[in-house]
Amino acid sequence: MIFEKIKGILVDELGVEAEEVLMESNIKDDLDADSLDIVQVVMAVEEAFGIEVEEEETEKLLTVGDVVRYVEANK
Amino acid sequence: MLKGKTAVITGASRGIGKAVAVRLGKAGANLVLSYRSNDAAMDELIESLEKDGIKAVKVKGDVSNSDDAKELMKVAKETYGSLDILVNNAGITKDKLIIQMKEEDFDSVIRVNLKGSYNCIKHAAKIMMKQRSGKIVNMASVVGVSGNAGQINYSASKAGVIGMTKSAARELAGRNITVNAVAPGFIETDMTKDLVEKAKDGMISGIPLGRLGLPEDVAEAVAFLASDSADYVTGQVLHVDGGMVM
Repeated sequence: MIFEKIKGILVDELGVEAEEVLMESNIKDDLDADSLDIVQVVMAVEEAFGIEVEEEETEKLLTVGDVVRYVEANK
Repeated sequence: MLKGKTAVITGASRGIGKAVAVRLGKAGANLVLSYRSNDAAMDELIESLEKDGIKAVKVKGDVSNSDDAKELMKVAKETYGSLDILVNNAGITKDKLIIQMKEEDFDSVIRVNLKGSYNCIKHAAKIMMKQRSGKIVNMASVVGVSGNAGQINYSASKAGVIGMTKSAARELAGRNITVNAVAPGFIETDMTKDLVEKAKDGMISGIPLGRLGLPEDVAEAVAFLASDSADYVTGQVLHVDGGMVM
């Protein structure tokens, strides 16, 4: 469920195809996100799950799986 | 020209900010007017705007406070559903010669003029990035370019605004957000009133167009930069100074 929701956010924010978004996809390298994209994805994730992601944590979220696990642990 | 766009204008109760509010409102924008203290002037402005069929709401607050800046952008989004234009106009002066200036005089001018603009840009950018569109216009000053005796704090803050304009322009360009500055020269407002009476003639001789500027002169430049006509203009400083600083 969380994965599906995050996939939706990535498709929306980055304009990637849903099939491209896998747990192991690297957001920057595989999904071609720049630093501003990542900030926007994090903002959208914060809004969607009602959580707050600290700046230092953002840097550690490299793959889609990292984001899913972060949301699971913090929501 | 700005029909249906939402414009936030800080320092809108008088002077240049007020002229910008009137100008953008007449161009069709829905207004969110921020001011710090002058309730009477703001109420009068809102009333006269509404008489002309312009939608305007007021938000009292201090832009040098990040929470106030955040609230201001939230009001814009909630009231009109978007945030298309931000005019960072709020500013103060505390003119003193360097050796007579108190630390607080320096800090307060930097805090309002420079950090206040940063606060508003930051919170507006979050909304504009999501929209993938926006126009930010920062009020600089020609003294930020030329310097001015007695204004070490003010000129530093305005030079800072120019640097900030260029950084923000680069950073936000990928999201279709333009960031420009307007640099007024000597404009007839409450801020320059004392200055003007003391040294009016001397000042006019340094202005090629031979007169002081009006708030409306500045508002025209802001209206241009806030409109679709300026879609391909970003990171620029437009002097509105009668040719005083070239």
